[in-house]
Amino acid sequence: MSEIIDIMGKFDWTPFWISLKTGVVATIICFFLGIWAARKVLKLGPKSRAAVDSILSLPMVMAPTVAGFFLLLLFSLKRPVGNFLYTQLNIQIVQTWAGCVIAASVIAFPLMYRNARAAFEMLDPDIVYAARTLGMSETKLFWKVVIPSCGPGVASGTVLTFARALGEYGATSMLAGNIAGKTGTISQRIANVIKDGDYLTAGVWVIIMLVIAGFIMAAINFISGRKAQRRW
Amino acid sequence: MSLYVDIKKDFGSFKLDVKFETDNDVIALLGDSGCGKSMTLRAIAGIVTPDEGRIEINGKTVFDSAKKINLKPRDRLTGYLFQDYALFPKMTVFENIITGMERSGKFPEGKRVTAYEYLSGFQLENLKDRYPHELSGGQKQRCALARMLVSKPDIILLDEPFSALDATLRWEMEQIVRDTVEKFEGTSVLVTHNRDEVYRLADKVAVYNDGKIDVCDEKWKIFSNPQTMTTARLTGCKNLSPAYIKDGCVYAKDWQISFPCDGDEDTNWIGIRAHYLELAKEREPNSFPYEVVRKIEDTFSYIYQIRKAGASKAKTIRWEIDKSKNIDLPQRGYARVNPKDILLLR
Repeated sequence: MSEIIDIMGKFDWTPFWISLKTGVVATIICFFLGIWAARKVLKLGPKSRAAVDSILSLPMVMAPTVAGFFLLLLFSLKRPVGNFLYTQLNIQIVQTWAGCVIAASVIAFPLMYRNARAAFEMLDPDIVYAARTLGMSETKLFWKVVIPSCGPGVASGTVLTFARALGEYGATSMLAGNIAGKTGTISQRIANVIKDGDYLTAGVWVIIMLVIAGFIMAAINFISGRKAQRRW
Repeated sequence: MSLYVDIKKDFGSFKLDVKFETDNDVIALLGDSGCGKSMTLRAIAGIVTPDEGRIEINGKTVFDSAKKINLKPRDRLTGYLFQDYALFPKMTVFENIITGMERSGKFPEGKRVTAYEYLSGFQLENLKDRYPHELSGGQKQRCALARMLVSKPDIILLDEPFSALDATLRWEMEQIVRDTVEKFEGTSVLVTHNRDEVYRLADKVAVYNDGKIDVCDEKWKIFSNPQTMTTARLTGCKNLSPAYIKDGCVYAKDWQISFPCDGDEDTNWIGIRAHYLELAKEREPNSFPYEVVRKIEDTFSYIYQIRKAGASKAKTIRWEIDKSKNIDLPQRGYARVNPKDILLLR
């Protein structure tokens, strides 16, 4: 018991804030990008839709380290894109917090995209047609009619995206590294302290993560469960 | 006020190829489900784009494939009443109606006033803060009608407006729709598969058959002389049989009976409306001996299924007699059809 008090006394909360910041920023990016992509994909013909859909969903099915590998290839300072960003715009992705955000965004993106797409597919097309015959602009139609109607799907997609971005490990460790106080997220911190045999600190972080997970599950149930009926 | 439609569209398994025009107040598109009526309505509104053709509303071209004109739905000024009403689910009745005034700019004071006018016109005042899922079918439809009219359309398009309602409500809504189209200064297009609605509401009828228009004419002409088998069936003719003309007689294959007539070679079908059979005292022209196969009691009439006496393989003919007439058909006798009531069909 005294050990826990001892640990909590000098507990370093920075991983929590790094993870939270990463999660929030990645969720915002994914929210707009995912909705935009879902909208675009539904306008495509059946064949190109299947192709684009597979590519956009890929980060969900492949190992995060594989995604990390590709991100590293892209943003490495020795490569054209990474080099251009660094020399021309003075932006460095590898081994920085921006890398955390990009890795988390890429991995969590499919959750937002797929949930948004599913919600849009469920929307009665006549509602959209009605808005158009009444003279509504596409932008207004989207934000005033489509998004509110697809609320639960979009909201649960957002929450899942946040959950995934918050706990991302594989791609983050490859792209952003594990620099304490800079890119050291909770997941990376847990891996780190376990390596040092510090199960007590790891346990504290695990409990924190479980509490967050509990809140997220409650949020999802609140969003989707209100109208759920027993069907069979 | 007019409408001109001449469009073609290939859906692969189904081809839509229709042409009609009207200066009338209400034109009905009558046909079975999946025959292209709703698709036509959607083409007029600009929701689907035909492969080729031309659509004019009140003389204004909204679609012309040759001239590459294809106005967007929001620029066509059509009032579309959707089958399931298509109310905006997250907006109240009031907000739904306000949305109908999208075209009249940003929140002029008049908007609220107009909205209240329409709310009271459609008895929605007490429901103005309700959401669509809190409304009954009839209330939803009144809201959809108000939202459609408040947009000041050039043409009204009604897509199976009563199909989702139960019988009592259907009649009530029909009166509201009747009032609406009567007050409306322009053409209304009614899509339905119900011949009674057509008869009560429309001036002109276009009968659809598998993506094409069978007959398009004034209502009374369509009902008194349907011309084609599909039209006869859709206008409620219960007895239809393949037929051929030979030696001044029309021979009904299914019923194994013939009637003298002067039909032409186009005749492939014969139709007899179930109410137009009469009991004859004896063998006379245009009559045939019958036997009753079954008697069914309906709400206000008796339905007899009869066939030619002794012809056990002949199909039965439906003969309806109002209960008020107090006629009880004998088991066997002679049935007569007036020559003018024999429908010779293509």
